[in-house]
Amino acid sequence: MEVKDIYIRDMKYEDFKENEYLEEYVKELRANGVNIAIAKVNDLINWGRSNSVWPLTFATSCCGIEFMCLGAARYDFARFGWEVTRNSPRQADVIFCCGTIVHKMAPVLKRLYEQMAEPKYVMAFGSCAIGGGPFKSSYHTVMGIDKVIPVDVYVPGCPPRPDAMIYGMMQLARKIKMQDFFKLPAQPDMAKYKEKETDLEKLGNESN
Amino acid sequence: MKVIDELLAQLPFATVEQIGKEYKVSIPKEKLYETASFLKNNQRYSFDFLMDIIGMDYGDNLGVIYTLSSTQFPDTVLMLKAEIEDRDKPEIETITDLWNCADLYEREVHGFYGIVFLNNPDMRHLFLRQDWVGYPFRKDYNADPSLNPIPCTDENLEQMEDLPSVEMVNGEKKEDHHKMFEEEEYVVNFGPQHPATHGVLHLRVSLDGETIKKIDPNLGYIHRGIEKMSEAYTYPQILHLTERLDYLSGSISRHGTCLAVEKGLQLEVPERAHYIRTIIDELTRIASHLLGWGCMAMDMGSITAFVYGMRDREKIMDIFEETCGGRLMTNYATIGGVMKDIHPNFQKKVKEFIPYMRKMLKEHHLLFTGNPIARGRMEGVGYLSKEQAISLGATGPTGRASGWSNDVRKIETYAAYSHADFQEVLRTDGLTFDRYIIRLDEIEESLNIIEQLIDNIPGGAYAAKTKAIIKLPEGEYFQRVEGARGEFDVYINSRGDKYPYRIKFRSPSLTLVNTLKYIAVGNKVADLVMLGGSLDYVVPCIDR
Ligand code: SF4
Repeated sequence: MEVKDIYIRDMKYEDFKENEYLEEYVKELRANGVNIAIAKVNDLINWGRSNSVWPLTFATSCCGIEFMCLGAARYDFARFGWEVTRNSPRQADVIFCCGTIVHKMAPVLKRLYEQMAEPKYVMAFGSCAIGGGPFKSSYHTVMGIDKVIPVDVYVPGCPPRPDAMIYGMMQLARKIKMQDFFKLPAQPDMAKYKEKETDLEKLGNESN
Repeated sequence: MKVIDELLAQLPFATVEQIGKEYKVSIPKEKLYETASFLKNNQRYSFDFLMDIIGMDYGDNLGVIYTLSSTQFPDTVLMLKAEIEDRDKPEIETITDLWNCADLYEREVHGFYGIVFLNNPDMRHLFLRQDWVGYPFRKDYNADPSLNPIPCTDENLEQMEDLPSVEMVNGEKKEDHHKMFEEEEYVVNFGPQHPATHGVLHLRVSLDGETIKKIDPNLGYIHRGIEKMSEAYTYPQILHLTERLDYLSGSISRHGTCLAVEKGLQLEVPERAHYIRTIIDELTRIASHLLGWGCMAMDMGSITAFVYGMRDREKIMDIFEETCGGRLMTNYATIGGVMKDIHPNFQKKVKEFIPYMRKMLKEHHLLFTGNPIARGRMEGVGYLSKEQAISLGATGPTGRASGWSNDVRKIETYAAYSHADFQEVLRTDGLTFDRYIIRLDEIEESLNIIEQLIDNIPGGAYAAKTKAIIKLPEGEYFQRVEGARGEFDVYINSRGDKYPYRIKFRSPSLTLVNTLKYIAVGNKVADLVMLGGSLDYVVPCIDR
């Protein structure tokens, strides 16, 4: 199965950016021996999983308003089966981290992530969640939530438009579709995507 | 002689400087409480509205600035200044018994500058964790991240509840510790991650059965240190951050900051820019009130109201998108005017929007205002008296619902408001229902303002020419604007650089959280969410 074959309604392969990373991910999966029978059951399960993702409502600041717009009448993520926003991490599949995470909040975010059941995903919405954003010189802002928890999809913007958030949701759907359900949890190795680890980052990683 | 001059003449130890309607009164720190109580309790000219407490680091000395105003003469601003020489053990008397809002302000100054307010029973950090090392707003703060690494564990509840204080007993200082809650009190944590707190707000609620006995708001879960960052940012860069304080009325805060800088530069802004800014501000106010209304209704269980509010808000977002480029963050006002001229469709779209919104407002009323369940929950609950509102500094719709006339657009007309004929919406009952309905009424009033301005936008330049590098002349500048949830003030202390020496924002939401402490007590815990919704605070505006 190539990434190309993954069917996401209304989005073509060409419409997605940076497909290579996912392709490599699939190759790795195949190399580790996902055989045909399992693959088909996998497809079925993943089809179901990717079309009914339950997000945790987690909006800390400005980006959260765009997240609310995503849930409201015009953008309406119910169309994608993603609207069952949960108020408890124990019922959620994914954290949409919309907004800045500061020092005081970091342990709370980590605890929420740990309380979620496997398989779980994290999406970082907005430049604050990605890397501190406009607050990169602040003394109290965490420079990206990947210092605290691993992230699956990054959606840039300050704030990202709701349509950008939808694009991010589609990306996560693709990612879910190509996972090997029977070998979960199979989170991507986050360390691979970090070139240099600063002292601060080490601290964040140790806390993982 | 004017009353205020007579009044100030009674303070022989004070040095007074007057710029327009602003009075800067410097006093020795020993006289602080005496002066404050004199100003507050004076019969003829009572400074009963404490706008803000600003901490300062002058380099050698630390200092505090109390900005005061009066409900009788609301356009007067008095800055009471005191300096503290001792940097190692800075101490000053508390004024918490004069104004109810002072306790949170003093805690904020304490956390940022290390100034201890004698006799204030609660000297915890307000925004930072109790174990934070150093005082970040001091100029000699050590910003080494290894001193304050990202914490891995939750904050210790014991530490959170232990209130340190320094008390003066018969002229002797005594360090003391109190507990926030009694041993056998039943305390529930509400937040910081809860969908109904409207953001990351942590309330510790003590309950007696279902009745709320006491609330301890625990803030700082989104404290981003904007004011401190701004000290190293140029003025145009700061604008970007101000918009992210109260993101629902971001254009207004941005406008206020522009006005403050323009005041310092004595820059003449073209009329066209004033008109455009005003229209954008009012559209922002409508969008904010729609969201506030929808969220409050959702707090009471009406998801339809939320969807309706968002639906109408999207119309405004469309208008913003065309002209400003951004939806939520307009990034539009700039020093000297606006970034770019309005889109050719702007006037047409706004004019289409006005009748549409009027029609929809009727629908909103039909849907929710008359609903007997909603009325039953809102009427007779959450009373806030006018005196309390003033003492708490609860400005904006909250104060106006209690009969306190505090609309800065009327008090100190700025931009193009003088060209529009509009009413300040006032109600007198001070109940949750008044705070609910006042937002819908204000939307109507904003529509009126826009209607009067939209056809009369004058021609000419949309921005004044400014230098590439903006340096503000030495001095202090103060500007007030009316945000969607209350008075937003900008205080800039400049030493002639391209960066401010100190910038302070009066965020209206901080006082609103303080108000919650007062109006929620005695009500059922089920109403807490609705009461919070009726105050309509935005948490990053609290935390800054
Ligand atoms: S990315 Fe921008 S909009 Fe989003 S939380 Fe950060 S500052 Fe706010």
